[in-house]
Amino acid sequence: MAQIIIKNLRKDFGDFTAVKASSFTIEDGEFFMLLGPSGCGKTTTLRMIAGLEFPTSGEIYIDGEEVSKKRASQRDIAFVFQMFALYPHMNVRQNISYPLKSQGMPKAQIKAKVAEVARVLGIEDILSKPVGGLSGGDRQRVALGRAIVREPKAFMMDEPLGALDAEFREHMSKELRALHDRIGATTVYVTHDQLEAMQMGDKIVVMNHGSVEQFGVPQQIYDWPATMFVAEFIGSPSMNFLHFNGEVAKGDTQVSFNDQSFDIPEQLQAATGDLAFGVRPEHVSLDETNPYKGEVSAVEYLGTTQIVTIDSANGVLKARVSSAQAVSVGQNVGLAFNPRTISIFDTSSGMALLSEANKGVLDHG
Amino acid sequence: MSGHSVTEPSNRQKWISGLLVITYAVITIMPLLWIIATGFKSPEDAISYPPKVVFEPSVEGYVNLFTARTRVTPSMEETLPPPDTWYEQIARESGTVIVGPSRYGQRFLNSVIIGFGSTFLSIFFGTLAAYAFSRFRVPIKDDLLFFILSTRMMPPIAVAIPIFLMFRQLGLNDTHLGMILLYTAVNLSLSVWLLKGFIDEIPLEYEEAALIDGYTRFQAFYKVVLPQAATGIASTAIFCLIFAWNEYAFAVLLTSGTAQTAPPFIPTIIGVGGKDWPAVAAGATLFLIPVMIFTILLRKHLLRGITFGAVRK
Ligand SMILES: Nc1ncnc2c1ncn2[C@@H]1O[C@H](COP(=O)(O)OP(=O)(O)OP(=O)(O)O)[C@@H](O)[C@H]1O
Ligand SMILES: [Mg+2]
Repeated sequence: MAQIIIKNLRKDFGDFTAVKASSFTIEDGEFFMLLGPSGCGKTTTLRMIAGLEFPTSGEIYIDGEEVSKKRASQRDIAFVFQMFALYPHMNVRQNISYPLKSQGMPKAQIKAKVAEVARVLGIEDILSKPVGGLSGGDRQRVALGRAIVREPKAFMMDEPLGALDAEFREHMSKELRALHDRIGATTVYVTHDQLEAMQMGDKIVVMNHGSVEQFGVPQQIYDWPATMFVAEFIGSPSMNFLHFNGEVAKGDTQVSFNDQSFDIPEQLQAATGDLAFGVRPEHVSLDETNPYKGEVSAVEYLGTTQIVTIDSANGVLKARVSSAQAVSVGQNVGLAFNPRTISIFDTSSGMALLSEANKGVLDHG
Repeated sequence: MSGHSVTEPSNRQKWISGLLVITYAVITIMPLLWIIATGFKSPEDAISYPPKVVFEPSVEGYVNLFTARTRVTPSMEETLPPPDTWYEQIARESGTVIVGPSRYGQRFLNSVIIGFGSTFLSIFFGTLAAYAFSRFRVPIKDDLLFFILSTRMMPPIAVAIPIFLMFRQLGLNDTHLGMILLYTAVNLSLSVWLLKGFIDEIPLEYEEAALIDGYTRFQAFYKVVLPQAATGIASTAIFCLIFAWNEYAFAVLLTSGTAQTAPPFIPTIIGVGGKDWPAVAAGATLFLIPVMIFTILLRKHLLRGITFGAVRK
């Protein structure tokens, strides 16, 4: 079990920089999500932690020890590959015992360990089967078995559920999280699915174009995104941006655009120019009395809630409101925003402006 | 399955293709059967015209293949003690006595040593080179691979004279080592290219999994890559062996005694008074057997191997 610290990690492939100066800390026993769109450098980061790729520069500390120049076999880290990479010429038992064999563990002890792991994963009945004919879920379990059997310092998982169909994914993700809670090992989990990241992770790091955009606990990232990229990437539907040209000054508790003023958390940072008023759909309410108006262009019914798409003077926005509220397309509605959760972004840099509300989240990163 | 489907060939199509395959098989196997049959003919039957399809089988060819004989006059023959073995008996019947073993056995052994030796080396070096080309960033990789392939672009015999001179200088003429090195050199381009194709197909993740599981790069290669490349290695080995086994031109040029292989030796088998065709045919028949056994042993792999992974996955 270990704490992992990443400092200014960088990886170049020729002229192309896959990972730029990433820094974050994974605490001991955490279930840590590496989240980002395809090609943003998640796999490369994970492979550098595991030792399958050597960083161009930067440091990796596992349990306080700098390991960036060490070989994978010396780092005591397990890796679950996306396609599982079970050794095809070995059966399930041989696959699971393979990492123990390399340590020269006595046969009887290997047998006991494999039996224990098989019991934990519920795969005792397939131990002597070849891996070729296994179902996706069983392959997944065998791959996990091979990872947990040697009790490594940490687990790296590269989209381990990516090869499973949607229904089974759901089930496996619960199983995986339960397994983690039982053995409590530090786990770094790569996914491009923001929902999966929010549901499963203790902490999330959001990457884009090789850079860390933000890292923190899911709720903080959801409520207080550091950048417009994070605000859009996390949440479905994503955060609304009302674009305006204006200014905010230090200490402001209101912002005005379109001849209206809106309450916002007290600002700690000044900015002028192209700004964006960011609000989550569930914090938009439809209120006839409100002077800020928009026209409903679509309504999507989701059961208890509905997503209402509204054209406003500052752009399209979506509101998540109770299905009990009657809304129809073409209707002119007044809009109100819950002032507690508003973020103001500087559009040119894409960064959120510091406020009294988000400073606790954004100051450390 | 009944009725017509798009992918299933119709009965007529099956019939026609079956017929074509059988015709082709008969055409290719005819000379082979003829050689095998000739090995069991008497010298007279072997050269009779019109050729005999039905004949009385005899093992005289095989006896002649393995023995050196000398002709005796009938009067001399009467002074000899009666033959004490069945093959002595056969030799006597054609008016000869056996004076010792022939050199066929030794030439055959040379073929085995040189053929399997060079196959082993071709595969050994080929696998290592192919693995390196497949997995590592080798400088000027493409040029090197092209160079290796280019050694195959002219018939090897075109460089026979320089090789002959080189071998003489190095004292490799008519040695096992010389022939093994030569056949290895010729086969390497084939083995590197074929094996690289096979190794390229093995996903990198397996080795990486082994590295993660605490094995060294070499152990990962040895324990994870090699077993999965077995199919490719087997089919490459067959190709290499068949070349080295059947090679004639270099063998004629570079070997004459100690290291002479069977192909240049078999045509020189002379019977008493003219070519001994049954013995030549017997020599050729026996010569086929090792490659056949080798191929049959590796058949399972070969079938998958020559389809180049099309069947895998
Ligand atoms: N060995 C390599 N050589 C050159 N470029 C590479 C190499 N490995 C990765 N890249 C590039 O680095 C970038 C990041 O790749 P990486 O695999 O880390 O992305 P990812 O976030 O895991 O994406 P995905 O969700 O598609 O798996 C990609 O643009 C990829 O093409
Ligand atoms: Mg990836």
